Amino acid sequence: MPQPSQIPDAEATLVALAERMRPAVAFDAAFVGIYSGGAWIADRLAQMIPGEHPVGHIDVSFYRDDFARSGLKSGAKRSALPFDVEGATIILVDDVLYTGRSVRAAINELFDYGRPARVELAVLVDRGGRELPVEATYCGVRLAVARNLSLVLAKDEERLSFGVERAADA
Amino acid sequence: MPDLVRNPQLNADGELTHLLTLEGLPAPVITNILDTAMPFVGIAEREVKKVPLLRGKAVFNLFFENSTRTRTTFEIAAKRLSADVINLNIGVSSTTKGETLLDTVDNLVAMDADIFVVRHAQSGAPHLIAAHLNAHGRSHVHVVNAGDGRHSHPTQGLLDLYTIRHYKKEFHNLTVAIVGDVLHSRVARSLIHGLTTLGTPEVRVVGPKTLLPSKVESLGVRVFHDMREGLKGCDVVVMLRLQNERMNGALLPSAGEYFKHYGLTPDKLALARPDVIVMHPGPMNRGVEIDSAVADGERAVILPQVTFGIAVRMAVMSIIAGN
Repeated sequence: MPQPSQIPDAEATLVALAERMRPAVAFDAAFVGIYSGGAWIADRLAQMIPGEHPVGHIDVSFYRDDFARSGLKSGAKRSALPFDVEGATIILVDDVLYTGRSVRAAINELFDYGRPARVELAVLVDRGGRELPVEATYCGVRLAVARNLSLVLAKDEERLSFGVERAADA
Repeated sequence: MPDLVRNPQLNADGELTHLLTLEGLPAPVITNILDTAMPFVGIAEREVKKVPLLRGKAVFNLFFENSTRTRTTFEIAAKRLSADVINLNIGVSSTTKGETLLDTVDNLVAMDADIFVVRHAQSGAPHLIAAHLNAHGRSHVHVVNAGDGRHSHPTQGLLDLYTIRHYKKEFHNLTVAIVGDVLHSRVARSLIHGLTTLGTPEVRVVGPKTLLPSKVESLGVRVFHDMREGLKGCDVVVMLRLQNERMNGALLPSAGEYFKHYGLTPDKLALARPDVIVMHPGPMNRGVEIDSAVADGERAVILPQVTFGIAVRMAVMSIIAGN
C-alpha cells in the first residue's frame, strides 16, 4: 500500500481541476457524472464553474464490456439526464481515468439519448494504464498507481477524499 | 451443497440462475431484482429504448399455453436487452407430433438457446427443464417460468411487488388484500410468497369458500369471506381475474351474483385506506370482478403494472444471464 502522503487530496485536486476548466468550458455545457464518484464531482463542478450547467448522472452498468465475464453488478442506479442531449455540449465527469472502459461505456449510453454536438472528459485523477484510445480534456492530477491497487473516492458529508484498496481482480 | 438439496434456482454461490418460483427465494435475491428493475424503467423513457446487455444471446419464448400479454412483455423485455427473440407456439407444433418436452428443449439448446421463457399448463414443467439442463452440464442455459399450471408466475409476482414498493416504499407496515379466485391463481400464490418473504405484516385473501384453497392459512394469510370486512384499512387491493370457465364447474352461481359479493365497486373500495392502490394482473373482466369506475379511477395502478412488468423482466433476464 502506498503511504498516505502519496494519496491525492481530493478537495485540493477538485479546486485545481475547476481552475483549469473555468476559462475553457462553454457557458451552457452540461455536466454528466459517471456513478458514483463522477456524479459527486459533476455536482460540485457545476457549482464551481460559472455558467448555466445542467447536471446529469449516468450509470454505465448496462453498457459495460465485462458483463459476459462478471455478470450484472447489484446496485445499478438509474441514469438521469434532465436536459436534451441532442445538440448539447457535454462534459463527462469521472473520478479516476484508468483503462478508459467506463468512458467508452458512458459515451455509448449518451448516444442512446441523442446526438451531442460535442463531448469532453474531465477527471480528477489520471492514473495511466489505458486499454482504449481515450484521453481526458481536463485533468486534476496525473499519478502512477500500481496495477494491483485501486483509488476509491468516498464522500463524507459533502467532503470528498480518496482511499486505496486492493483491486478486485488483482 | 449436493444438487439434490440445493435450491434449483440458485448456483453454488447462491446467485440466481433460473427463476422458477418466489417460494423459498431469499429476500436479498428478490430485493436485488426489484432494485435492478428500477434503472430499467428509465430505459423506456429514452430516445433509444435499448441497452446492449444481451447482444448475441437468444431468448426462446416457449409457450405451451396461450398468452398474448405475458409473451409480448417478455418479447419486448428481451428485445430492449438486444437479445434475439424466437417465439415458439409449441402447442401446435412438436408436441402434437409426439416429441417429449425435454427432447424439444435439447433440440433448441442445439440451436444455441441461452434463455428459455416457459409457460406450461402443467405445474412444475419449468422446474423439470431447469433440472434437466443442470443435470446435463448445460447450466449456462437459463429458464424463466412465465406461468406453470396453478403453481407459480414469479415475474408477475415480482412486478406486483415492484408496483407496491413504487407507490408504498416499504412492506413492513402494509395490509394487502388479494381478492377473488385464489384457488386457481398462480399469480396469487407468487405474490403471497413474495409479500411474506419481504416482511408484509398482513396479507389477506378474500373470496368465496369455493374459490379459496383449503388450508390457505398455512401460507401465512388471513382469510375473509366478506369482502367489506376484508377491505377495511387496506393499503393495497389486488383483484384477481375470474376465469369464465369457473362458472361451468358449479363453483359459482353467476357472474352477476359474483359481482354483487366480490366485485370491486367504489363504495366497497371506500372501506380501504384513502391512499389505497388497486392492482389487477389483467386481463380484466369489467363488471365481473371490477367496476369500470374503479378500473379507470384514480386509485388504479393497473397500467403502470404493465409498464413496470417490462422492466422487471429485463432485470430478471439480465441477472440470470450473467450468473
